[in-house]
Amino acid sequence: MTMPFYVAPEQVMKDRAEYAQKGIARGRSLVATIYADGVLIVADNPSRSLHKISEIYDRIAFAGVGKYNEYDQLRVAGVRHADTKGFAFSREDVDARSLANLYAQFLGNVFTHEMKPLEVEILVAELGADGRPDELYHVAYEGTITDEDGFAVLGGDAETIAERVARDWRPDRDLATALGDTVGALAGPDRTLGAGDLEVAVLSRRNGRRAFQRIGDDRLAGLLREAAAGGPRSGAGAGRASGPEAGDEAAESEVGAGEPPGG
Amino acid sequence: MPLPLFPPTDDPGPDFVSLLRRTGPPPVVGRGESVVDVRHGTTVAALRFSDGIVMAGDRRATEGHAIAHRAMEKVFPADRYSAVAIAGAAGFAVEMVRLFQVQLEHYEKVEGVTLSLEGKANQLAQMVRQHLPLAMQGLVVIPLFAGYDLRRGIGRIFTYDVTGGHYEEADFQATGSGGRDARTTIKLGYREGLPRDEAVELAVRALYEAADEDAATGGPDLVRGIYPVVAVVTADGYAQLEEEDVAARFAAIIDRLRNERGVSGSAGGEPG
Repeated sequence: MTMPFYVAPEQVMKDRAEYAQKGIARGRSLVATIYADGVLIVADNPSRSLHKISEIYDRIAFAGVGKYNEYDQLRVAGVRHADTKGFAFSREDVDARSLANLYAQFLGNVFTHEMKPLEVEILVAELGADGRPDELYHVAYEGTITDEDGFAVLGGDAETIAERVARDWRPDRDLATALGDTVGALAGPDRTLGAGDLEVAVLSRRNGRRAFQRIGDDRLAGLLREAAAGGPRSGAGAGRASGPEAGDEAAESEVGAGEPPGG
Repeated sequence: MPLPLFPPTDDPGPDFVSLLRRTGPPPVVGRGESVVDVRHGTTVAALRFSDGIVMAGDRRATEGHAIAHRAMEKVFPADRYSAVAIAGAAGFAVEMVRLFQVQLEHYEKVEGVTLSLEGKANQLAQMVRQHLPLAMQGLVVIPLFAGYDLRRGIGRIFTYDVTGGHYEEADFQATGSGGRDARTTIKLGYREGLPRDEAVELAVRALYEAADEDAATGGPDLVRGIYPVVAVVTADGYAQLEEEDVAARFAAIIDRLRNERGVSGSAGGEPG
């Protein structure tokens, strides 16, 4: 009769972590950063239909890197959680922190109890309201949750990219400047990323109730040109607050009348 | 609240109602005899015009013969390109609208695309049908749904009956206790391809006439400054008219009627 192998718990955890890290490092990266009107999220993603960035609720966005089916499952669970909570209580009671905690619990649980850890890293961003600051929660594959300050980088090569993002980072950049800087940091010195290689979305204070908005290809190309013309760190953004946020597909902001009747 | 995760073979999909059935509070089920005197909302109307639809609703809620609320809203945006108005038992009606709004947004977020206008109308029909047991006890909720069909480039109006049957209207419809009067008014003034301004005018006039004939329908409340809600849905989305605009239109109607009929008003009021 054979005895089952004994494997030290340290070894088990180390193997699982290595496995998850490898999976995540294979994928492309993503940067979220705070800018003048809210939160800007830029992903290195050439696909126009398999999104890395999505809307969860009025002021909450989700972004994931790693294995698509795994973070998409988490995204849908987040939408469900937020909608149910908002329906049972009030729209104001839905917050990113509690959702990020749930994600952390779930990822931690899978990491310790399941055969295979999830090969994902996710970000839950919330646009601040009533004087509260914008929040970026970064949840790693093993359930570690970090409240990031100013910007967050997810995916392989995160440290190098984070260094580059930090170099130009300021909280009051306009959209074009923030986008230009972020895309530059994401691409690095050896690559250039065009509108077709990027998935970009914002949580903007100008958008009314549903703050989330995808930046379509045309507008993205326009913003990138604007950023290039202004120079990557042309300070001040000339005070001009980068065009009206409207005009894009999801921009009909003043649906604001869309408050639920009960509230 | 737990993280709502389901195995792929047992997933509720983009349907918020079936998600709620599994994770949320239990739905109200009708039982027992009929209830009397719950709060009721009254007249709502919708009509098509050249670029979309106009929807309007009065602000009165009644409990039996008493006025329960003077400033209730009955016209809501269902999503960016559609509006829903309600008549009937107010508590259930408002809850139905809330659920409908979340349902549409939920679908859009989970699936990444919006439902077609037809799909939205169908969803609402299912909600009305689920309400049937309560409707049998007298707690009837009748919505009116209208929106801009982005795929066809026209405004469309859907009406419902208590069983959840839904029917597309060609041009206009009104429902609720003063619905008949509102409908007649619109019928007399309607023509194909009305411009926006005239369509709004007609909707306002319809509510005025309904309030004139029906005790449960509220007219313009000049003392408190409460006016019916008028909304327009076009390719630019849902927009509610400013209260001042609606007030000015009612003022114009009242002025005109005064001039036409003399100060004493309508039928039978001839002074000696």
